[in-house]
Amino acid sequence: MKTPAIVSREALDRILPRVTQPARYAGHEWNAITKNWDAMDVRLALLYPDAYEIGMSNLGLMILYDLVNRQPDMVAERAYAPWTDMEAAMREAGIPLFSLETRHALRDFDLLGFSLQYELTYTNVLNLLDLAGIPIRAEQRSADDPLIIGGGSGAYSPEPMADFFDLFVIGEGEVALLQLLRAYQAAKRREGWSLEAKRRFLEQAARLPGVYVPSLYRVTYHDDGRVAQFAASGSAPARIQRQMVTPLPPAPTRLIMPFIDTVHDRAVIELQRGCTNGCRFCQAGMIYRPIRERAVDEVVQTVDEMIAATGYEELGLLSLSSSDYSRIEELLKRLRERYAPEQLAISLPSLRTDAFSVSLAEMIQEGRKSGLTFAPEAGSQRLRDVINKNVTAEDLLNAARTAFERGWQHLKLYFMMGLPTETDEDIDAIADLVRQVLRVGREARGRRVEVNVSVATFVPKPHTPFQWLPLADLEVVADRQQRLRQALRLPGVKLNWHAPEATLLEAALCRGDRRLSRVIERAWRQGARFDAWQEHFDYQTWAGAFEAEGLDPQFYGSRLRASDEVLPWDHIACGVDRAFLWAEYHSALRAETTPDCRGGCQDCGLRACYELADCPPELAGQP
Amino acid sequence: MSENIQRLRATYTKGEAVKYISHLDLARTVERVFRRARLPLVYSQGFSPRPKFAFASALPVGATGRAELLDVWLSPPLAPLEFAKRVAPQLPAGIELVEVREVDLRLPALQASVSHADYLVTLEDAPVDLGARIADLLARDAIPMERQRKGELRAYDLRPLILELDLIPGPGAQIGMKLANSSSATGRADQVLAALGLADAPYAVERTRLYFDLADQ
Repeated sequence: MKTPAIVSREALDRILPRVTQPARYAGHEWNAITKNWDAMDVRLALLYPDAYEIGMSNLGLMILYDLVNRQPDMVAERAYAPWTDMEAAMREAGIPLFSLETRHALRDFDLLGFSLQYELTYTNVLNLLDLAGIPIRAEQRSADDPLIIGGGSGAYSPEPMADFFDLFVIGEGEVALLQLLRAYQAAKRREGWSLEAKRRFLEQAARLPGVYVPSLYRVTYHDDGRVAQFAASGSAPARIQRQMVTPLPPAPTRLIMPFIDTVHDRAVIELQRGCTNGCRFCQAGMIYRPIRERAVDEVVQTVDEMIAATGYEELGLLSLSSSDYSRIEELLKRLRERYAPEQLAISLPSLRTDAFSVSLAEMIQEGRKSGLTFAPEAGSQRLRDVINKNVTAEDLLNAARTAFERGWQHLKLYFMMGLPTETDEDIDAIADLVRQVLRVGREARGRRVEVNVSVATFVPKPHTPFQWLPLADLEVVADRQQRLRQALRLPGVKLNWHAPEATLLEAALCRGDRRLSRVIERAWRQGARFDAWQEHFDYQTWAGAFEAEGLDPQFYGSRLRASDEVLPWDHIACGVDRAFLWAEYHSALRAETTPDCRGGCQDCGLRACYELADCPPELAGQP
Repeated sequence: MSENIQRLRATYTKGEAVKYISHLDLARTVERVFRRARLPLVYSQGFSPRPKFAFASALPVGATGRAELLDVWLSPPLAPLEFAKRVAPQLPAGIELVEVREVDLRLPALQASVSHADYLVTLEDAPVDLGARIADLLARDAIPMERQRKGELRAYDLRPLILELDLIPGPGAQIGMKLANSSSATGRADQVLAALGLADAPYAVERTRLYFDLADQ
C-alpha cells in the first residue's frame, strides 16, 4: 500500500498569506468531521466544482456528508475549487488538491464525488482532477486513482461529462450512494483492487439502482450528427431509473459552519421536496417529483436540534414553492413563538405570487420588511398559460397592493425572456405589468416605492416539456431586452438582466451528447475555468474549442428536435413519461394550462414508475 | 434597560487553526459560539438586533494571538466560571478561553483602552546580520512607509509606532516587538519586517499581550 500524502500546515503557511480569502482553504469549521483516516474502510471526498462560498451553500452535499460520516467505517471529507490565485500558488509550490478536514491529497481517497449543478462549472471539474494529479479521462486512470463519481441535477443529462466520470448516481443520493459505497467496499474486500477488479466492479455497479456507467454504453450517430442509437453492453440496463426516497429521510442538523461569509450562511431545512405546480419551463419541478412534505413536528424538532448545534441567527425554510406547504401558517407561528427570545430570523424563499404569501412574509419579517420577491415569469396571460405558470395579473396586483399597504417599499419581480412562442407584445406586457405594480404602490404608499425587475434568458432544459425546443435567437432576445429597457425607463424601476453570451453555451452543454466531452476538455486546456463567473468567462475560448472539434453549439442549443429523435438524455428515466412531456409541450403551444396535481393526478407517469399507492403521497396537512 | 446587566471580560487565544479568518469573520463566529452556549445575551434595539460584545483590537489575518480580549454584556448576570463552562465546549479549534472576569460597566470601551501590544515574530530563516538591521532601524529618526488604506496608498512614519524591537537570543530566529496599538495609531508587525528588508521571508506572527493605557482607567 502506498503511503498517503498529507499536505503539511507549513507548506500551506508559505502560500496562504498571499492569497485572497485564505480561510477558504484552512478547514476547522464548526461541525466539520475529522475521523481516523487509517481506521476507515471507505474514504470519499465530496467536491463542489466552484468557489468555497458557493459550494458550502449546497445542501445536497451536506446531506451526503452527514450520511456517509454516520457510517462507522466510512469517512467523507470536502474540497472546493481553489480560486485562481490559490491554484497558481498550489501549482507553483507543487501542492496537490487536498481535503479540508485532514489535508490528505485527493488522489489518496477511494472515491471522489462531484456535485454537478450547473454546466458552467464543468471545466472546474477537470481542473480539480488535474490539480489532484488525477488523469481527467476515465480511460486513462489507473487502479491507483480514485473512482470518479458524479451526481446532482447535472447527472440527469450526463453525456457531455461522460468521458471524465467512471459512474454517475442518478437521483436522490440518500439511498443510492450508500448502496454504491457498500458494493465498492465488498468488491475491494473480495478481490483487492486492480484495473481488472475496477472493470468488474463497474459492471456490477451498473446493475445497482440509479447507477449509470457511461463506459458500458455505445453511442452511434446519424450523418447529420443526431444520436442514432444508445446501446448498453452486457448486463447494463437500457434505461437508468432516477432514485427517489419517500418519506424524506431525517434532515442533517450538525451543519458545517463556514468562518467566512458564504452565499447562504444560515441554518437550512427542506420543508418539502418536489413541486406540484407543473411549470413547464422548470426542470426541478419535473425531476424532483413527487411532492414530499415533512410533518410540522418533524420540522420544529429538527430546527431545535439545528439551532442548538449551530447557533445560527437565521433559518432558511427551503422548498420549490414555500406557500404550497400544507401547514405553512401553523409552522411559521410555532417557529416564531419558539424562537422570539433568540432573535432567529426566518427566510422563506420561492413564495407564490398572491396575497396569502404576503401575509406569510409578514409573519416572518415583522418590522424589517426588507424586500419581497415574486416570479410571474412572463408578462402576458397567454404566455403564462404557455409555460403553465398559473398566476394572473390580478394575483400579482393583489399581492403587490397587500405588500405595499403592509409596509413594504421594494418589490422584486422575476421574468424570463426568450420563452417559447414569445412575441414583442409579450415583452410590452411585462412593461405594462410593472407599470401597474408601480401604480398600485404609489396609490398605497406615495412616491417612494421601488420595483426591481430581473429578466433571465430562458434555456430549454432536458426532462421538461420544452426539451425539444431551441434556445431563442439571441439577437431577438437582445432586441427585446432593448425594447423592455426603453419601456421601463421610469423612476422607481430598476431593470437587471444576465448577459446572454453564456446562454448558448449553457444550452449546448445541458443538451449535448458525449462528443462534447472533447469540447469541454479542449476549452479547459485553453484556460477556461470558473465559466460561471463573468470576469472569467470567455466565449471565444469555447467557440474555438467547438470549432476545433468540428462541432457546433447551435446544433445542440438552437435546434428544434423532432418527436422521434433520440435525445442524449433519453436513457435517464426520471419518472415522468416522455409522452406526458410531449403532451405538455403541445398543450403549451395551444396555451392550454394543466392544473396543480395536488388537486388531482395528471398522469405524469410517476405513480406507475415508483408504484406509489397515493400520489401525491400523504401530505403534512393530512391526519 | 434593566439594572441587571453584567459585563464580562474574556481573554482568549486565536490559534493556528483560525489564524486565517478575518476580524469580521471572528465576530460572526463568536456570536454563534455565544448563541450555542445559550448565554443571556443583551441585544441591541432595532430591526435587526445584534448581541452586545466588543473586541479590544483586530488581529491581522494570518497572525495568532495568545491573549486577545473581548467584552460581552449579559442579563441576567452569570458567574464567570459558569460562563466559561458554557462557552468552552462550543469553541472551534484554535480558540480557547484563558481567563474570564467581571468588569465595571462604566469602564471605557476596550478598543479605546488598548494602547500598545507585544508581538513575537518567528522567522523561518534569519539573515546573519539581523541584529545589526534591528539596531540600524532603531537608530533612525523616521521610517517612511506606505500602506493601503481604503483603497489608496498612504504614507506614514513607522518609527514612532515602534516602542521596542529586540532580537531574542536562543536557537530560533525570533524578534520581539512592542508596537503602538491604539485606535489612532497601530504598528503592524509585517510592516516592521518589511522595514527590516524581510518582506518576502516566511514568518509567523503572534500577538502575545495587549496593554492598557493606565491613564485612561
